Amino acid sequence: MEENNLLLQVQDLKVYFYTEEKEELKAVDGVSFYLREGETIALVGESGCGKSVTSLAILRLIDSDGKIQGGRIILGGKDLLSLSEKEMREIRGRDISMIFQEPSSALNPVYTIGDQIMEAIILHQKLSPPQARKAAEEVLRLVGIPEAQKRLDEYPHELSGGMKQRAMIAMALSCRPKVLIADEPTTSLDVTIQAQILELIEKLQQQLNMGVILITHDLGVVAGMAERVVVMYAGKVVEEGSRRDIFHNPSHPYTWGLLHSIPRLDVKQEKLAIIPGVVPDPLNFPSGCRFRNRCPLEDEVCLTEPQWCEIEDQHYVYCHHYSQIEILKTRGFSQ
Amino acid sequence: MSGAPLLQVRNLQKYFPIKAGVFRKIVDWVKAVDGVSFEVLSGETLGIVGESGCGKSTLGMTIMRLYEPTAGEVFFQGQDISSLRPSELKSIRRNIQMIFQDPFTSLDPRMHIGSIVEEGMKVHHIASLSEIRRRALDLLEKVGLGAEYFSRYPHEFSGGQRQRIGIARALALNPRLVVADEPVSSLDVSVRSQILNLLKDLKRDYQLTYIFISHDLAVVRQICNRVMVMYLGKIVEIADGDAFFSSPSHPYSVALISAVPVPDPDYEVKRIILSGDVPSPINPPQGCRFHTRCPVAQDVCSEVEPALEEIEENHWVACHFPGSLSWERIPR
Repeated sequence: MEENNLLLQVQDLKVYFYTEEKEELKAVDGVSFYLREGETIALVGESGCGKSVTSLAILRLIDSDGKIQGGRIILGGKDLLSLSEKEMREIRGRDISMIFQEPSSALNPVYTIGDQIMEAIILHQKLSPPQARKAAEEVLRLVGIPEAQKRLDEYPHELSGGMKQRAMIAMALSCRPKVLIADEPTTSLDVTIQAQILELIEKLQQQLNMGVILITHDLGVVAGMAERVVVMYAGKVVEEGSRRDIFHNPSHPYTWGLLHSIPRLDVKQEKLAIIPGVVPDPLNFPSGCRFRNRCPLEDEVCLTEPQWCEIEDQHYVYCHHYSQIEILKTRGFSQ
Repeated sequence: MSGAPLLQVRNLQKYFPIKAGVFRKIVDWVKAVDGVSFEVLSGETLGIVGESGCGKSTLGMTIMRLYEPTAGEVFFQGQDISSLRPSELKSIRRNIQMIFQDPFTSLDPRMHIGSIVEEGMKVHHIASLSEIRRRALDLLEKVGLGAEYFSRYPHEFSGGQRQRIGIARALALNPRLVVADEPVSSLDVSVRSQILNLLKDLKRDYQLTYIFISHDLAVVRQICNRVMVMYLGKIVEIADGDAFFSSPSHPYSVALISAVPVPDPDYEVKRIILSGDVPSPINPPQGCRFHTRCPVAQDVCSEVEPALEEIEENHWVACHFPGSLSWERIPR
């Protein structure tokens, strides 16, 4: 990896939450990955795998029930975890921005779209309100909102779902951030609107040369947008590689199962492949490999923590039995 | 495997009033379902697809008489159920059951799952209490939850398990027709395929007929024999699954298929990006309702509403220029 175009590095990040009974919930437990300039990576996993918590931790937005218990998040040579809250506020919106899944709840209903976009511009770029308004109008135009000038004075409820998501993207991009975190940006949208929004994110990324961390469970979106894929399961990264490595040569049994259980539009499958069982309870993760109780390759070795292995150039897997993955191709997950 | 029509829907309409002013006067109508006719054949799985606001859920609820239809008829096994009195509906409800989208809000949090599954059987007095208990245990077993879960409460279950409970409840009365409204949309990928496989197995074991309402075309591809596409309260296309996915003929169907992201790093489908949003169902566009977003619309489309016509055997399309838009695979 060329060190000079590294944009963001997450190293051994640990985020734990605490229940009222003081039980420790290890939502993110030693997660590492990196993002290069202008690159899109995808964090993939099912609910509860820790992908959203990871992204909130990058912005230091973990609420009071949780705590970042270890690790480093390095942006431009600085460890974000060592910054004061005041310094962190300078980073949010200017260097790192985020768009959320649910545009209706992420926008403030009592302020106009213009006010909400201008807030960040005034804060970070020290512009006067009339200048900020001009900049806000420009960014609304950038995200393809028609009649931008009029929209500035409208409230979120006056916009449709797709338009709200565009407005939120406009807000996130108003200060031209280096890193954009998109947390399930299209999950609540209809497919035809999803197609518009994905197209927009791709276009803007190239235009602004941003690094994008795309958080999603939709492997179709991943295949279309991400250059590299980080697969998470139960608070750990289980596999990381280029898009082609992950789709053509999945080497962790979980990745394999995930890829084979997606219903496809191009082939009718008699029976869909399944991963048996359910995601484990985060208060009670299995010891050793956390996937072992759902895994067809499980044996005694899996009671110990797997090692992080580089099996091909830049393709890493966290499994004792990655070399036996071929077995799944013949017998699947049925045991 | 498909046979005689189990359900016939004729010109069904469901309008919701919009009230305004001090006297809550009706000022306009939301035309959620606006003149829909189709049949569901015994033993098939009919997928109803479309984007939010197209009327697919309202249609499901109106067939179930959970909404009163504004106009039109619904025949179940030849009997008109759209005009039955509430007391007469009870026997029909035994035969038509529903599975809901959100397994978190569709189960009563104060009832344990055994009584959730038993409730319908008790209301309909289908057997003695001990027989009902035995049947409930069987059903839980059948949907993959053991007898040990019988007296647990919904909050103790994950989304996928709750959906299994909802399925057991729907099957308790031995229905002929099950209306499943987005039954897997809120589930994770690995659990979603478990539930789809379960629905397929149950269909075979209990000779069920499904109406499967979904916005997810890939899921519909896997589970449905026939597909019906709705846009703004109207049917735009109905076809057998294979014919639909190999040669969709309405431009809207083509756009929908092309917009589904392909989980393959080597090729993609050239997206047909529709401009704008779905128009309001209060004042749908004149002529073809899709003409405002249609990439191949011509003058006639804004003037004359196209009828649903059979372009091939069992393949019906409501478009003046069917087949004029196509989709293609391209390498990434």
